[in-house]
Amino acid sequence: MTADLDYLESQSIYILREAYNRIDKLALLWSIGKDSNVLLWLCRKAFFGRVPFPVVQLDTAMELQEVYDFRDRIAGEWDLDLRVEQCPPEADMDQTLPPLTRAAARKTEGLKNLLRTGKYQGIMVGIRRDEQATRAKERVFSPRSLEGDWDVKDQPAEFWDHYKTRFEEGTHVRIHPLLHWTELDIWRYSKREGIPIVPLYFAKDGKRYRSLGEKNITFPVDSTAGTIDEIIAELVVTRIPERAGRAMDNEAEDSFERLRSSGYM
Amino acid sequence: MDIRNELNGQLRIVIVGHVDHGKSTLIGRLLNDTGSLPDGKVEQVHEMSRKRGMPFEWAFVMDALQAERDQGITIDTTQIHFKTEQRPYVIIDAPGHTEFLKNMVTGASQADAALLVIDAAEGALEQSRRHAFLLHLLGVRQVAVAVNKMDRVEFDQYRFEAVSHEIRAYLAELGLHTSTVIPIAARHGDNIVTRSGKAPWYDGPTVVEALDAFRPQQAPTDLPLRFPLQDVYKPDDRRILAGRIESGRLRVGDTLRFSPTGATATVVSIEGWNHSQPIVAAQAGQSIGITLDKRIFAERGHIAHHEEGAPHVTHRLGVRAFWLTSEPLTVGKTYTLKITTGEHRVTVESITAVIDIEDLSSTPAKAVHRNEVAEVVLRSRSPIAVDLASALSRTGRGVLIDGHDVVGGCIVVEVDEGPAASANTTEVSHTVTADERNAANGHKGGVLWLTGLSGAGKSTLAMALERALFDRGWQVFVLDGDNVRNGLNAGLGFSAEDRAENIRRVAETAKLFADAGVLVIASLISPLQADRARARAIGGERFHEVYVAADLATCESRDPKGLYRRARAGEIPEFTGVSAPYEAPESPELTIDTGKVTPVEALGELLDYVDGAFGRNALKRGRV
Repeated sequence: MTADLDYLESQSIYILREAYNRIDKLALLWSIGKDSNVLLWLCRKAFFGRVPFPVVQLDTAMELQEVYDFRDRIAGEWDLDLRVEQCPPEADMDQTLPPLTRAAARKTEGLKNLLRTGKYQGIMVGIRRDEQATRAKERVFSPRSLEGDWDVKDQPAEFWDHYKTRFEEGTHVRIHPLLHWTELDIWRYSKREGIPIVPLYFAKDGKRYRSLGEKNITFPVDSTAGTIDEIIAELVVTRIPERAGRAMDNEAEDSFERLRSSGYM
Repeated sequence: MDIRNELNGQLRIVIVGHVDHGKSTLIGRLLNDTGSLPDGKVEQVHEMSRKRGMPFEWAFVMDALQAERDQGITIDTTQIHFKTEQRPYVIIDAPGHTEFLKNMVTGASQADAALLVIDAAEGALEQSRRHAFLLHLLGVRQVAVAVNKMDRVEFDQYRFEAVSHEIRAYLAELGLHTSTVIPIAARHGDNIVTRSGKAPWYDGPTVVEALDAFRPQQAPTDLPLRFPLQDVYKPDDRRILAGRIESGRLRVGDTLRFSPTGATATVVSIEGWNHSQPIVAAQAGQSIGITLDKRIFAERGHIAHHEEGAPHVTHRLGVRAFWLTSEPLTVGKTYTLKITTGEHRVTVESITAVIDIEDLSSTPAKAVHRNEVAEVVLRSRSPIAVDLASALSRTGRGVLIDGHDVVGGCIVVEVDEGPAASANTTEVSHTVTADERNAANGHKGGVLWLTGLSGAGKSTLAMALERALFDRGWQVFVLDGDNVRNGLNAGLGFSAEDRAENIRRVAETAKLFADAGVLVIASLISPLQADRARARAIGGERFHEVYVAADLATCESRDPKGLYRRARAGEIPEFTGVSAPYEAPESPELTIDTGKVTPVEALGELLDYVDGAFGRNALKRGRV
């Protein structure tokens, strides 16, 4: 029944182990959403119970309270090496960006600070191709320039599970172990494995968060799904995109591409 | 659609073909006509098209990058999910422009099957053929063809059949099985999801039916076991060997052999986390960890397998390679070959053939340029555990890395078992034997001693030989008489005693190089029989004397360094040939008269001799 989930899991574990072996200084970005929770779970599988690198939350102080509660509980229970990186204020952002995109860009800057101070060479991020069209163009090992930029027009060849793992001094690589998963896969796997989930994903008063982000730029969508099974049933029939509640995505035709090119996750 | 269908295995389809033959349009149409686009997408595409003053452009569904939409081209590969009644799919869009071939390869390598799109009016152009060839190399074996823009040729049956015939013949020659060629007009949706009334003469499947007829790729569980190690973890007192099984099966209690080391051990456990029951068996496709009964030397890159059906272990392989970077692959250049998790430094020994994509003919070449496909022979220092791609594709293919970048890919088509490493009776103090060094280098180490008058052409010949051998991947170095006098022998003069010492030191140094596996070309006047005999005694059977003969008059007329003139003027005492004797060798291994042959002929003679005395054949002879 779940041979396809086994395949997805095995592929992700392979990627995590490649990253851990080939990249000297690694960190995992934990947004505390459903995807990065699955990513943490897969790390524990890949490395037999422990997460052998720091887990970083880029904090804008704008997450919902349930998110912070969940973070502190899980970090303790799973014995995570949690680092919280405070993001710079919105006033420091590129003012040519549309306002909501500017709010999201705070995380990009937080990440740049993290890279500067932590000297990380690899950052693991739980993004998926089916979330958003520019993410669909991503590589599993996605190199970033010295400034952290993503050169979408000249990405490295990546085939037969051979990833780019050699880089110039000072650059870093984003590693995307969940790139091949879908939203539905995440939920089916979370259910199978019993992975803890932030309660905001479940419907309350006819609304639920389908994608979690900062409270000023993320909104719940209409839903009556109160359990994982109901969420799965909802996703099989829905034609509403996952990030419909993420206001910054569609502010301008290329706002998300601009965010990502300059280093957003 | 119910949940049950959702759980059916998904199939990954890559759409390939020449630029502007309508790949992105076909995908847009496919997604739309199967109801797979999210709400609002069509409106979004309308708006993007309107802003650019274009009619509705289906390609914008896939072309996520601003640059792609503005230039109207697909730059990078992308993936999008869609469903038919039968099963879920991942559609992989691959760019058609030559300059984005690495992106096409990236996309196509992940596919179970391919749909090749060809313009009805234009037929199978260069990129159609190149993509088909690469599909074959990448291991994509199921291909359907869509002949697009049939509306532009008024759904002409004869035109369709001409294109269909041409591409079928080409694919058959590649060994690709084509079940289906479909006449379509992607822009209007003809024969995509629903059958078109405009081609009543066609009774084959629609695009969706053709996709549904493909079979998902099966993990190769019934082939011999290959378990390449990714890493070794020590989370506690366990020592866990981690990796993914690429083919076959593995059980607790199995005896495993590790290649290329040959170490063996028994599987004690298959380790997991969050498993309620102990795991007793695992199979191809699974990422696992195992513990062994013995603490053997095993690390990343080693491949575990059963005693039966072992991989080849070799220093030399023939591969079919595709090249993705602007700097060409050339003979003599060294790259890193990565096969599964194993990395090996390899030197290009020869380029057997570059394959013409148009007619599949082969021509020998010195270099393989970007986007070309070629047959290449690679030699490795370290032994490589490898399979033939035709037998076990996952351990029979790899990437070539230059510096920081993946620059090409290859499949293994030939393995040279060559002389295996064995104990050597003369080199007891080294654990690395001379045979092993020879096998790694692909030639013997030795000393080629060039003797002759000043101006006979020794240095020129030595340097030309060094270059030629180096370009073929040899370990080679010239010890030049003049050069060593600046360093190693800086304290020595030109007395008979110092000259003898000069030669002794060079001979000893040459011997050390030869011991290290290098072919040393010693280029010295070395005028005295006795001194050369001593050098031969030092070098032993690996010492080969080459007499670079040219009569005094010839040498004097060349006088490249002006030494004869100064000697005749009395400025240099005891100058060989003028005021000191030169004793020609009585029985040199080779004589080359540079007064009678051209420099090119001289080099040719020398190369032939070196090949015979130190090359591969000499290696084989040495072993029987």
